[in-house]
Amino acid sequence: MSGYSVRRPLPLGLRLSMLLRLLAVQGSWNYETMLGNGIAFAMEPALRTLPGGRGGEAYRAAMARQARYFNAHPYLASFAVGALARAELDAVPATQIERFRAALCGPLGSIGDRLIWAGWLPCCAMLALLAFGLGASGGVVALLFLGTYNAGHIVLRTWGLNAGWRQGLQVAAALGRPLLRDLPQWLAAATAVTAAVALPLSVRRVIEMSGATVPSAAGTLVGAALVIGVLLGIALVRLQGRIEGWKVAFGVLLFVVLYSGLR
Amino acid sequence: MSGDALLWIALLGGIAGMDVVTFPQMMISRPIIAATAAGALGGNALAGLIAGAALEMLAMELLPVGASRYPEWGSAAVAGGAVAASPAAHAAPAGALLLGIVTALATAWAGGWTMHGLRRLNGVWSVRARPRLDAGDARYVAALQWRGLGFDFSRAAIVTLAATGAASLVPPAALARLSGHAWLLVTLAAALGAAVAGSSAWRFAAGAPRARWVAAALFAAAGAVAAGVLP
Repeated sequence: MSGYSVRRPLPLGLRLSMLLRLLAVQGSWNYETMLGNGIAFAMEPALRTLPGGRGGEAYRAAMARQARYFNAHPYLASFAVGALARAELDAVPATQIERFRAALCGPLGSIGDRLIWAGWLPCCAMLALLAFGLGASGGVVALLFLGTYNAGHIVLRTWGLNAGWRQGLQVAAALGRPLLRDLPQWLAAATAVTAAVALPLSVRRVIEMSGATVPSAAGTLVGAALVIGVLLGIALVRLQGRIEGWKVAFGVLLFVVLYSGLR
Repeated sequence: MSGDALLWIALLGGIAGMDVVTFPQMMISRPIIAATAAGALGGNALAGLIAGAALEMLAMELLPVGASRYPEWGSAAVAGGAVAASPAAHAAPAGALLLGIVTALATAWAGGWTMHGLRRLNGVWSVRARPRLDAGDARYVAALQWRGLGFDFSRAAIVTLAATGAASLVPPAALARLSGHAWLLVTLAAALGAAVAGSSAWRFAAGAPRARWVAAALFAAAGAVAAGVLP
């Protein structure tokens, strides 16, 4: 067993190096190995401490194992990197590591997608739109969004790496916490409530600040935009999976802009 | 737009485009951030912010989930923000805003395809390097990562440069014509954004039905205030 394994925390320098590499975990993302190469890349600093050091037999065997197919949410990949690094340094048998690695893919993907892509990101984006709608400047909107979003993002990556390292093959216990299970639902509710206030205010500010010469009261246009928005929104919800709203918007705007600009 | 300005915009587009997937995914690529930054670079952060807010609403629908193919909003928003804040916007701000939004939407679509192409290319390189990877050669692991990052940056910078350059060829007279009845087009763009963002928020909250109805009531109230129906 190596010096870093079993109940010893990862040295700070090593942890920072792994965290920095985790930010580029999707650097060579592809349809063949997905995140696999990135996992090996992020874990490599820890593997240098294996017996024989860099280039040793254990190091090369571990690198070869970790560079194979792997898929997960990129932020939650930190759990996998921590846990797999711990397993490699604890000299867990290769077949057990490979089974564990395969078993991690599904949960890390689905938890991450629900928690981040369908929860935290839309919630923070709606918060930014709310600030915009209330008249905040670009700097304030950017600071609010990037500060809030990345506080959650960096905490999650750091916690994941530490929890993975601490719990090794038992990392499922950390993933089964009620917080991770319930948070997506709370975030979705918060997103919906924030959107309800943010969208009308944002629509109003876009219309008022666009520089367009408005022929009647701006409020009438805002009201019209919101009524059209609600009707189109209901149609998009009903046609979910069969149509993409942004493509519809692109088609409509392209047509009217070309028609207006060229005639 | 001058050559220097275009190069700075391309650099920003490269950074924002990379942020979508490869590095560091801190969401500087979100339209409300990337378009504002492009506007600030062009000397009109507010124009970039307005374009960014309209695009952010449209970008809420498709999130970068797994191996799905999705629009690339990073370089798109930089191009859109740059067009909305371009020197031509002084004479026809609403026309430039609309052109910026349409440019961004076209770029998001094209950028998504270039991202898909790069993923396939990364796959080819990965398959070719397989014997060295299976031998545990860490240099190949790092080389694949760096090559992917470098190509992604270049891809996004080129996409941004092409989109911004193409939009800058639109004659000022066309922008002025657009501005003529821009109120109608801006209202339509805002309505489309609200529809896409609102329907997305509704779908995300599928597991929280009570929150949906609270949100619907709040929307009605906030909408009445925004439209001036309620004080």
